[in-house]
Amino acid sequence: MGLMIITNVILNQKPGMLLVEDGKIVSFVRELPPGSRARIFDGRGCHLLPGLIDAHVHLREPGFEYKETIKSGLEAAAAGGFGLVLAMANTRPVNDNASVTGFMLQKNMQSHPAGPYVHPVGALTRNLEGLELSPLAELKDSGCKAFSNDGIPVMDSELFRRAVEYASDLDMLVIDHCEDTYLARDGVMNEGRVSGYLGLKGIPSAAESLQVARDILLAAYLDTPIHLAHISCLESLELIAWAKDKSIPVTAETCPHYLLWNEEIVQGYNTMSKVNPPLRSKEDVLAMREAVKSGVIDIIATDHAPHADFEKEAPFAQAPNGISGLDTALALCLGLVRENILGLDDLIRLMSVSPGRIFNLPVNLFRKGDPADFILVDMEHEWLVTPEEMFSRGKNTPCMGQKLKGRVMAHFIKGQEILNRF
Amino acid sequence: MNWTHKDLLDIESLSIDEIRHIFHTSSSFIEINSRSIKKVPILKGKSVILFFAEPSTRTKTSFDMAAKRLSADSFSLASTGSSLQKGESLKDTVLTLEAMKPDAIVMRHNLSGSAGFIARHLKCSVLNAGDGWHAHPTQALLDGFTLSRVWDNNFQGKKLLILGDIAHSRVARSDMELFTKLGCHLRICAPRTLLPPGTTNWPVDVYSDLQKACQGVDAVISLRLQLERQEAGLLPHIREYASRFCLGQRHLKIAAPGVKILHPGPMNRGIEISSALADSGDSLILDQVESGVAVRMALLYLYLARPKHEQEIPEG
Repeated sequence: MGLMIITNVILNQKPGMLLVEDGKIVSFVRELPPGSRARIFDGRGCHLLPGLIDAHVHLREPGFEYKETIKSGLEAAAAGGFGLVLAMANTRPVNDNASVTGFMLQKNMQSHPAGPYVHPVGALTRNLEGLELSPLAELKDSGCKAFSNDGIPVMDSELFRRAVEYASDLDMLVIDHCEDTYLARDGVMNEGRVSGYLGLKGIPSAAESLQVARDILLAAYLDTPIHLAHISCLESLELIAWAKDKSIPVTAETCPHYLLWNEEIVQGYNTMSKVNPPLRSKEDVLAMREAVKSGVIDIIATDHAPHADFEKEAPFAQAPNGISGLDTALALCLGLVRENILGLDDLIRLMSVSPGRIFNLPVNLFRKGDPADFILVDMEHEWLVTPEEMFSRGKNTPCMGQKLKGRVMAHFIKGQEILNRF
Repeated sequence: MNWTHKDLLDIESLSIDEIRHIFHTSSSFIEINSRSIKKVPILKGKSVILFFAEPSTRTKTSFDMAAKRLSADSFSLASTGSSLQKGESLKDTVLTLEAMKPDAIVMRHNLSGSAGFIARHLKCSVLNAGDGWHAHPTQALLDGFTLSRVWDNNFQGKKLLILGDIAHSRVARSDMELFTKLGCHLRICAPRTLLPPGTTNWPVDVYSDLQKACQGVDAVISLRLQLERQEAGLLPHIREYASRFCLGQRHLKIAAPGVKILHPGPMNRGIEISSALADSGDSLILDQVESGVAVRMALLYLYLARPKHEQEIPEG
């Protein structure tokens, strides 16, 4: 591959052009270097952002290919601006051994050899049962980048402690889905005014914050990092802020839906809004917005959880939890930038730099030698969210039918074009 | 009145005028039900499916009798023995039923929101006969109609207490909506474990002491306590519940004169209501059952007789 120049783009508010060679960043310059022979790609005034990293997705394969496949999930990732995704282990069979991890990586290479790339997250416990540890070293050796019991949290604190210790030997991070399953039992939405009104069993925010507190205390006691998945409520944020103040090694993520919507959208038994943890109160959403700005929350992940239409077309309590997020996450978050809740630099930190740092993945900071993983974003491009526009098989999003602003127009991984909407 | 609703899902979507119109129409049917020949031909040729995916005796019988007295054909379907048990989705089940061209589906289901869910998928009328903990509009309407007969349609300022398992009660939610609309002052009384979250925002006064809750009340609706609440850890023991919340004559000494007692049934005598009180002259429990048939006749008439809704109820 020779020199490629992406002309007519904006990086950090500055217009210019990006020079890329052999899959790596060369430089960002104001003017074309004289006498350079290069392939030119016209960026048409788009903003240049690093490729996004999604630390939390469910790609459903193997086992639930009717909801999503690795191929369709990665198409959605490419279109949504994500070059790397961490895929959770609640497949069928569960990803608790080298053969499942290998299968996922092989599917990735078959469908998207030039990316986006899936990094499997190994099951923390065998078959996610919370009874004994998975072969964590085997999982790491076969390509897993982290471990988690996401979806079925480990309530046994002794087992969880040992898992964190064992993983730390391998230099691997444990991601915890913080939920006290006793407090959350049979719950289908946030406990509060709306659940009382609709006659739906609620999940109190304490079901999350109690386990956040447990994990923080364990991280401090063991002096070992723990990553807290999809944080949704104010009390959890207060605990995480306290932990960070004490330099306890916890990191935390949230999702676009906890920054955008509250429990009111469940009214009318809207199953598209059903997700776990549930959409919380207005006050929680405001606190979440502050926390992504201030750094109490380290990253925004999608918790992309695709489901088939017929599964969401059910009475509320029967519908599965989850929101399909890869196609829409960036556009939704750009809305927060337009409202001045976040700066574009915050968004890059939350959706690329920090997830890369936390999970030890290559990040593009647009310095010489960085991987040429980047996207061109048209901030003014308006588009309607329709089933046809979404690449994911899961059309389950509360923003279906809404007009979003901001779109990935082109996507490059290691200097190779994997999406071009121009 | 021009009845424009397709479905009856909850009380919230009814206006006060519509509620009063239902009461007015129900009165005519009370009269018909007192005749020796109780059948009128106004819904001849109409068909109604009674789809009860949860056990029910009185509501189902009441709807069945109401349909038959109006000369509609009613067909019963329970979840046991239906394809729901074979794993068919609710949507597929009701689309199958609708393909048989009923004019209405009356549904009882254990999940909140299920009536609204099927109504969105169906062109025929859906009458909610109870969905989970959410709503039981025909029960609330018959409770209201029962009290309208003894209170001569005057609800303004009346103090009404709902006693018992409010959290898990669709009757409580629909009654609260209805009686608040009609101008009553609502009170609820239950142990905190049986109160729904967010009651501080509701237009009701909350009591945990039954004696205090009964001070000056004009009517008490006592709710059935499901025995599984003890298993779920919400109560230490049914006996302890009864010692705190079983409504008896002694509680009503400080109630308003002429206080009335209602219960949606089926009763647990000695748990949520004393046996003596249930059988006393203050009890309207059997009047509720009688009103129930009339109210459901009125509803079937209003929902199914359209577009001929202006037609008069024929004289016997």
